[in-house]
Amino acid sequence: MRRARTWLPGLLLVAPSIVAIGVFVYGMLGWNFRLAMTDKHDEVSEGKFVGLDNFAGIWDLPRWHLSVNHAIMFTVVFVLGALVLGWFLAFLMEKGIRGEGTFRAIYLFPMAISFVATGIVWRWLMNSGMGERAVGLNRLFDAIGLPQWQWFRDPDWGMAAMALPAIWQMSGYVMALFLAGFRGVPEELREAARVDGCGEWGVYRHVVLPLLRPVTLSALIILGHISLKVFDLIVAVSGKQIITDVPAVFMWVAVFDSHDPAKGATIASYIVLSVAIFVIPYLVWSVRKERRS
Amino acid sequence: MTAVAARGRVSTGARLVILVAFVVVFLIPVYVLLVTSFKPLTEADPGQAWNLPGTWTTEAWRVAWEKLAPGLWNSVLLAVPGSLLSCALGSMNGYVLSKWRFPGADVLFTLFLFGMFIPYQGVMIPLVQLLVGLNELTGLQGVFYGGIPGLVLAHVVYGIPICTLIFRNYYVTIPDELIEASRVDGAGMLRTYWSVVLPVSAPAIAVVVIWQFTSLWNDFLFAVFLTGPQSWPATVMLNNIAGAQATPYSQQMAAAILSSIPTMLIYVLLGRFFMRGLMAGALKG
Repeated sequence: MRRARTWLPGLLLVAPSIVAIGVFVYGMLGWNFRLAMTDKHDEVSEGKFVGLDNFAGIWDLPRWHLSVNHAIMFTVVFVLGALVLGWFLAFLMEKGIRGEGTFRAIYLFPMAISFVATGIVWRWLMNSGMGERAVGLNRLFDAIGLPQWQWFRDPDWGMAAMALPAIWQMSGYVMALFLAGFRGVPEELREAARVDGCGEWGVYRHVVLPLLRPVTLSALIILGHISLKVFDLIVAVSGKQIITDVPAVFMWVAVFDSHDPAKGATIASYIVLSVAIFVIPYLVWSVRKERRS
Repeated sequence: MTAVAARGRVSTGARLVILVAFVVVFLIPVYVLLVTSFKPLTEADPGQAWNLPGTWTTEAWRVAWEKLAPGLWNSVLLAVPGSLLSCALGSMNGYVLSKWRFPGADVLFTLFLFGMFIPYQGVMIPLVQLLVGLNELTGLQGVFYGGIPGLVLAHVVYGIPICTLIFRNYYVTIPDELIEASRVDGAGMLRTYWSVVLPVSAPAIAVVVIWQFTSLWNDFLFAVFLTGPQSWPATVMLNNIAGAQATPYSQQMAAAILSSIPTMLIYVLLGRFFMRGLMAGALKG
């Protein structure tokens, strides 16, 4: 145990950040939860404590069901799509290929663009006009004999289309993660497996894939938490339309259009919970792992 | 030529073909942005959607610039001080959490990290109330809530976790002996920071500044909740311009490109550091 004189200055230097994180992250999360447990459904009332009523009551709203279903479909398509595409691109480049730097730069550049700018181009690309009025992908598909689609206006599969721009934007990132993972596999391990009689697929399945698990997990966490709070992209592509409603947009509407703080806070709490449920175990796990090594 | 070598070459060829095909797909939106932005209004009909402009014109760019310029300027006022402040805080925190640790530093670090993943929706309503309160308290209308200073404050605070993480993971690689030697020489914490740690921090500073600049520049959520028309950054203005029914596609696309130029420039010129920031986001040292 070192004496306080040695560590106290450090603590003092970090103190402003500790206070800031304490107030702005944990304090405000708590404040938000408390607000969600009141009946402050307009901006002037005091707000009485009502327990978990809002959390239960929101399930009576058809719009809430719709937005949750949308978020689930978006998350599944986006996370799987970006993961598979990113992995595939990394897999193709893993052993080195001419022009690798250029490929990487092109796959990654969408990361540097805002979701709003992305949304504007993709709204054009995914325009649902058909026949003579078709622009964007429908016009292109028509020209090459593919069917035309409703895209994000499709009542059943709209959110799957909405995931396309997000995949476009994030799969390069997943590729970079996987490429670093592939390159981290020691050549000796692969060689040893080959000596033991493994074919290239055997080496891949028994040596490389298990070593890629931590990278896959990181990618899942990052994509998952982006997905559950998706907001900018939806607003830029379709605004506040019910047909593409997600919890984050619903919350925005609850706060600014319905002027219902308690409802907004309830939705926000659900978004936080949905992320916390898998991020907290992940953080605890990775900090422990780091300490062990 | 042996059969194995031949097969290897074929599969390399196939891999190249697939990779190039994906490059084409990835660049489709870029083609659309550029081509549409240079079209005159007379070529706006759907039949010519994918054609190159018959006559190239910068008219749409001129109008988009006029509409977007105030937002771009607000974004500069937001992203430059915001990223520098984040960098300063992150550097000090990272230094302490890696080299001048106090009891409980690990737990604290984990608590910080959670701040990196929280959906900001979860703090937005209280944040608005707090900033409104600060406006009333200080009598400065439109500064904290509805102004750029409030937005900078929010970004700096919520940027602490990622900036601390990047600096901490970088400073861990500085040998402890260097810090010890400095200590033995009688240098205190700040002096050691100033003379030993800061001079070798350039790569981490670059990573953090680029990362924060990009996130601040591209942010939409905080801006929508916390700013008013006078202080709207480029993303919000862009969304408003593009959301208006009357705005022709050419202007929407030109505005989208204009708003992306600063971050694209950073990506092209400093891609290496950009990548490292991304990797740090994956919690990898």
